[in-house]
Amino acid sequence: MTSLNSLILVCLAYVALLFLVAFVAERLAARGYGGWLRSPLVYTLSLSIYCTAWTFYGAVGSAARNGLEFVTIYLGPTLVMLGWWMGLRKLVRVGRSQRVSSIADLISARYGKSNLLASCVTVLAVIGVTPYIALQLQSITLSFQAFVDASDDPMGYAETGSALWVAVGLAVFAILFGTRNLDANERHHGVVTAIALEAVVKLVALLAVGIFVVWGLAGGIGPAMAQIDASAIGAWQTEGSRWAAITFLSAAAFVCLPRMFQVMVVEADDERHLRTAAWAFPAYLMLISLFVLPIAAVGLTLMPAGSNPDLFVLTLPLSNDREGLAMLSFIGGFSSATSMVIVAAMALSTMVSNHIVMPLWLALQGDGASVSGDVRHVVLLSRRISIAAIMGLGYLYHAAAGEGVALASIGLVAFAGIAQILPSLVGGLYWRGATRAGALAGLTVGFVVWIYTLLLPEIGGAILPAGLSEAGLFGLSWLSPGGLFGGTGVDPLVSSVVWSLGFNTVAFIAMSLLTFPSPLERLQGAQFVNVFEHSTGPRGWTGSIAQTEDLMIMSQRILGPDQAHALFAREAMRQGVRGSLPEPSPAFLQALERELGGSVGAATAHAMVGQIVGGASVSVQDLMAVADESAQLLEYSSQLEAKSAELSRTARQLREANDKLTQVSLQKDAFLGQVSHELRTPMTSIRAFSEILRDTTGLNDAEKSRYGAIIHGEALRLTRLLDDLLDLSVLESGQVSLNLGHGQLSDVLDQAASTALTGSDGNLRLRRSAEAEAIALHTDLDRLTQVFINLISNAQKYCEVDRPTLTISAREFGSMVTIDFVDNGAGIPEEAQAMVFEKFARVGGEKAGGAGLGLAICREIMQRLGGDIQYLRGQGGAAFRVSLPSRDAKGARRT
Amino acid sequence: MRRNVMLIEDEPNITEAIRFLLTRDGWDVQTHADGNSAVDAVTRVLPDLLILDVMLPGKSGMDILRDLRGRPETESLPVLMLTARGQSRDRDMAEKAGVNRFMTKPFSNAEVLDAVRDLVPSPT
Repeated sequence: MTSLNSLILVCLAYVALLFLVAFVAERLAARGYGGWLRSPLVYTLSLSIYCTAWTFYGAVGSAARNGLEFVTIYLGPTLVMLGWWMGLRKLVRVGRSQRVSSIADLISARYGKSNLLASCVTVLAVIGVTPYIALQLQSITLSFQAFVDASDDPMGYAETGSALWVAVGLAVFAILFGTRNLDANERHHGVVTAIALEAVVKLVALLAVGIFVVWGLAGGIGPAMAQIDASAIGAWQTEGSRWAAITFLSAAAFVCLPRMFQVMVVEADDERHLRTAAWAFPAYLMLISLFVLPIAAVGLTLMPAGSNPDLFVLTLPLSNDREGLAMLSFIGGFSSATSMVIVAAMALSTMVSNHIVMPLWLALQGDGASVSGDVRHVVLLSRRISIAAIMGLGYLYHAAAGEGVALASIGLVAFAGIAQILPSLVGGLYWRGATRAGALAGLTVGFVVWIYTLLLPEIGGAILPAGLSEAGLFGLSWLSPGGLFGGTGVDPLVSSVVWSLGFNTVAFIAMSLLTFPSPLERLQGAQFVNVFEHSTGPRGWTGSIAQTEDLMIMSQRILGPDQAHALFAREAMRQGVRGSLPEPSPAFLQALERELGGSVGAATAHAMVGQIVGGASVSVQDLMAVADESAQLLEYSSQLEAKSAELSRTARQLREANDKLTQVSLQKDAFLGQVSHELRTPMTSIRAFSEILRDTTGLNDAEKSRYGAIIHGEALRLTRLLDDLLDLSVLESGQVSLNLGHGQLSDVLDQAASTALTGSDGNLRLRRSAEAEAIALHTDLDRLTQVFINLISNAQKYCEVDRPTLTISAREFGSMVTIDFVDNGAGIPEEAQAMVFEKFARVGGEKAGGAGLGLAICREIMQRLGGDIQYLRGQGGAAFRVSLPSRDAKGARRT
Repeated sequence: MRRNVMLIEDEPNITEAIRFLLTRDGWDVQTHADGNSAVDAVTRVLPDLLILDVMLPGKSGMDILRDLRGRPETESLPVLMLTARGQSRDRDMAEKAGVNRFMTKPFSNAEVLDAVRDLVPSPT
């Protein structure tokens, strides 16, 4: 038996080797050597941190318990690598061009650089990954126990201490090699190289054990196959839905796991490496899973009943006294666990530090911290503390959870949690309509459903109230965690995956459709979805001092003079240049571009700076990117257009109102001119003839009498005009008081006819019907009489025929009474009909002697009485219709 | 030889008063009441003096004056304009159109006679 001390010594030696490898790689990279460090092979091997201790030990255990189900864990990533190669390339391209530091950063960058979203993903990742780290620590503890006799370890050291010391050691390693650089986006060559080495170690170890088992124990391939057939494994049947769910989960986790994102995207040197990894990584997976079934089958046959199948990889060589092989196997398992824990801790610490600690720290520091102060120091410190905290959490979880849970089930729970990121990630890469609110809703919903249906029942049995899992929430069985929506009988994992991801996706899409993305979201959306059309990552510019002035002018336009001056002056001071214009160093140009990008979009800023500094060589890609942004701007401008249309509508209304006022003012001028003319004309005659009478001697009596008559007539005309004007002004101003009374229409007409016809020399004949005129009225009878007099007088004046006749016909229907006045004259010319009711219209020329106010007054009166007067067309002669409310004059305006 | 005046005025009483005054002052007075045919009447008669009302049925006095000023035979015809509208804008317009004298109604008879004598001095 290997002693505990020698085991610890081997572990320490192995870790020391890792330190050495990482250190050397780091030094080589720093000196610019070691191109092989950036080879596709190293990249592919680094991806193998997907295969953790869970894979190393647990695959065999899983095969022993559930047969071929373990294959799904390898199938998912293989399918992604082979089938979604272009998608991964897009992910890497986006990650590099956006300089993202973690998957939380990527999601945040896509959805308008939202820190809320980033911290959500971070919390999700920490909750999902902590059990997974605990799992690795547990596997190390178990492997220690398998090696060491209880008698050799009286203090129970292997059981209690190993996990703690391993955790501490890994934390130190991760801190030393994972937080050397401030820029989380820079490559950690040391870590990646160490991981690649570990990938080789675990593969070699598993293959060695496999070869030993097949050829050393089973006696060759044939017998081994026979053993598999003979064992229960061959007969195991996995349900189709569970098979599909786990394959999907492992595919999703392969993309979304923080540590996978770290090695696949953040640490990627060249996206072309994916081309190699696309076939090499599936090949690696195939090799590492090659001997899982034989080991499981032989283990089940040879090992005593009740022995842990998770440890067959160790116990088979041990029980056959192959200490060396067992040691190799132990190192392989150790490798699997350590590589996963190191990278996971690094990735998580970056997320925790960047999205939770730093925002809090900056908020506590106030405004000044972001521009001054030693932020760098704080970032590194917070990242180191985060690593320690995450390792601590993992250890605590391990210590609390104990060994009750099978390795594989913890892994799947973690996978399902991490997979909740998938809808937001894929949606963000392919759908420009995806919004921050959508991503937030999807993540939250999926996360909550996952916790309720999988995390709590699986690992937190003690936390859940007794009976909940059977009775369901609120006593509703369809809300029970295991059988959500009547899914009882379905595999809880399948049910949880379907419901959590289903609700997640639905919430994501629905909220995205319901909400409108902010400008930054839209811009980032375009950058993500169309990443291949956009620039190929940050490009540097170099320029001459002469161009700084142009840059300054451009910046002023975009940022405003104050901000632009401040920006340039700050840079000049930093460079130690006298004056306010700095050298256009590449660093400054990039900073300027970022600054401008905040205002006009990254692509536009890039094109603008390029136009000045890059000798006006704007690439087609740049122009396309600008056009793309312009398309988005167009969408905004269409909204602006709607607003501007509203403004111009208001302006038009104002213009119309103004026109109306101008018109009214012109009408008033014209009216005053008319009044003046109408008053001065009779006065002219009066004055002229009175002067003639006064100044002319020798006028005969006939002449005197004639001129006196003219003066008298004109004086009367003047009086009439003044009466009419006063009448009209009172009516128009609305100050007229109506004198309502009861009366018969026939009486009103009698009165009007006698007034209009008395004393006139006309021969107008009236045709009336006493029967029709028997209509009772309740109105201002005097005013109505005035209207009728006007109409009869007009007929008398203008109806120039031999036997002028005016037909008056009354009719009552409904609540209205109409009285038509139709003569047999020539009527009013069509072009004048619209004018007859206007003041001074005087269609009939001067002969009537009126000023043309009569019909205008009639119209005013009828409107006051709640009725109207209209010209009737096509009646032969001139025809007017007077209408007014019958009997009770409720419609009359009592003003 | 008696001097010849043409009066274009649509108000019969004013026409009668002016005819009375000018006849007694030794003028041959011809009258015309319609705006539309006024230019024809003036160019046919070619009077020594034209007295023109502004507000006429058909064509306004302003338009008639402009028309006459555009014709060689009447471009220097003395024109006395009478208006009852009495707005200063009318005086400006008339002067621009080439009026010789502009008077507002009601006028005093002596004023009219002075203006007429002034515009067409007696040959004696």
